[in-house]
Amino acid sequence: MVKVTFKVQNLDFWYGTFKALENITIDISANKVTAFIGPSGCGKSTFLRCLNRMNDLIEETRIEGKIFLDGEDIYSGEVNVADLRRRVGMIFQHPNPFPMSVYENVAYGPRIHGIKDKKRLDEIVEKSLDKAALWKEVKDKLHTPALSLSGGQQQRLCIARVLAVNPEVILMDEPCSAIDPTSTQKIEDLIDELKQSYTIIIVTHNMMQAARVSDFTAFLLAENTNGPAKLIEYDSTEVIFTNPKDKRTENYITGRFG
Amino acid sequence: MNRRLANQIALLILWISALAVVIILLILILYIFIKGAPALSLKFIFSSPEGIRMKGGIFPTIVATFYLTLLAGIIVSPIAIGGAIYLTEYAHEGKVVKLIRFGADSLASVPSIVFGLFGMAFFVEVLRMGFSMLSGALTLALMILPIVMRATEEAILSVPKSYYMGSYGLGATKWQTIKNIILPAASGRILTGIILGIGRAFGETAAVMFTAGMAINIPIFPTDPGRTMTLHLYLLATEGISLNIAFGTSFLLLLFILGFNLTARLFVRRI
Repeated sequence: MVKVTFKVQNLDFWYGTFKALENITIDISANKVTAFIGPSGCGKSTFLRCLNRMNDLIEETRIEGKIFLDGEDIYSGEVNVADLRRRVGMIFQHPNPFPMSVYENVAYGPRIHGIKDKKRLDEIVEKSLDKAALWKEVKDKLHTPALSLSGGQQQRLCIARVLAVNPEVILMDEPCSAIDPTSTQKIEDLIDELKQSYTIIIVTHNMMQAARVSDFTAFLLAENTNGPAKLIEYDSTEVIFTNPKDKRTENYITGRFG
Repeated sequence: MNRRLANQIALLILWISALAVVIILLILILYIFIKGAPALSLKFIFSSPEGIRMKGGIFPTIVATFYLTLLAGIIVSPIAIGGAIYLTEYAHEGKVVKLIRFGADSLASVPSIVFGLFGMAFFVEVLRMGFSMLSGALTLALMILPIVMRATEEAILSVPKSYYMGSYGLGATKWQTIKNIILPAASGRILTGIILGIGRAFGETAAVMFTAGMAINIPIFPTDPGRTMTLHLYLLATEGISLNIAFGTSFLLLLFILGFNLTARLFVRRI
């Protein structure tokens, strides 16, 4: 049996009075890539941010239902949110390196979690950049500003930055939507590598990307414009793309809407 | 009247207004330069006034001016930055925050002589600090607090939200994020705010007249009194002691303030 990383039960989510997600129940497998697809604005990113409690930062949001990470309720009072976010790393739509050097970007995470030893940090930085397939490109410019890297390199730097704090899960919120095709290719290859060691959950509006990189695919859809998104279908990627059970999934992946 | 002509006329009027601004500034600077430059010399800058006609230099007033402004800057910076961090990051947008902002903005438009009077009553008299650098600097700090605080708020608000997300996403706490990411990213603009505040304090007369005193001496300790350049200038001119030295002093003041503004711009550019 596959190990379950995230167990989501009857999740509802509100922005103020607007209900964005309704009754989402899903098990996400460890060391697999799970993709969330659906039309833009359907709540994919909102769902993703529930998993590391980034929605807490938005005022007037409310959540009901349960989310368990390795059996632990992440919305219970005892959970340390900072520690949760370390365990569940996040890559954003636009690469967002900090305005400091390449090295400092990667060392930032370990530092805030208490690692001060210079040698240890050097090791972590090298290892993380290497895992993010960036080491060869930046090893001679570790101390140049991260913002001088190309967009694709910046996104891989952000991946290295997340890897440096040794997460269990990596959430990717449309990680390739702001970068060029060659860099996208590199990041997709990287996702394939990383799933050996991490559980990866990716939101994408690019269905071909979901088909290429994921093992499982979940289809979210808000059927009414102002209504909440529901989980329409969830299965192995192969089934979703070749033999979906729900008519709406079929319509979406064959490009009839969205 | 056809639209083309209206356009030309509007342009002409705007152009004249813009030109007027530049010309007025140039005339002012040129006038001060012509009147003040002859008085300027190394001796003028580095020696003390002598005799009843205040011949010689204005060195003690330069020292007192820098002493007061720097001390005010040192006092105001942590308070202004702390307040701005609280208002932008911790306080919930609501009546209290609005009240604090309204208070700060109102404080910024209070005439400086009122600050001077308050400084005299409170720092000089009640707290028994006497006419001193400390009384003067505290009064100036109060006066420029809203300027520096609002500038710092703007600086913090201009930091992209994605930096916060990146840091929180790595498991940083709020304070770690502010200290390690947000403040460094905002530091250029914060520094600009501080320099502009200091620039304002530098040219201040009324607020220091009642608090730092008028004694012409080189202040060493914060408890020493001292006369600032602007106050010296004011006394020289009103008492008709020496217009030459007054213009020399104002020319030097202009140079320093120009220096402040250029430095402030430098930090803005760097961003």
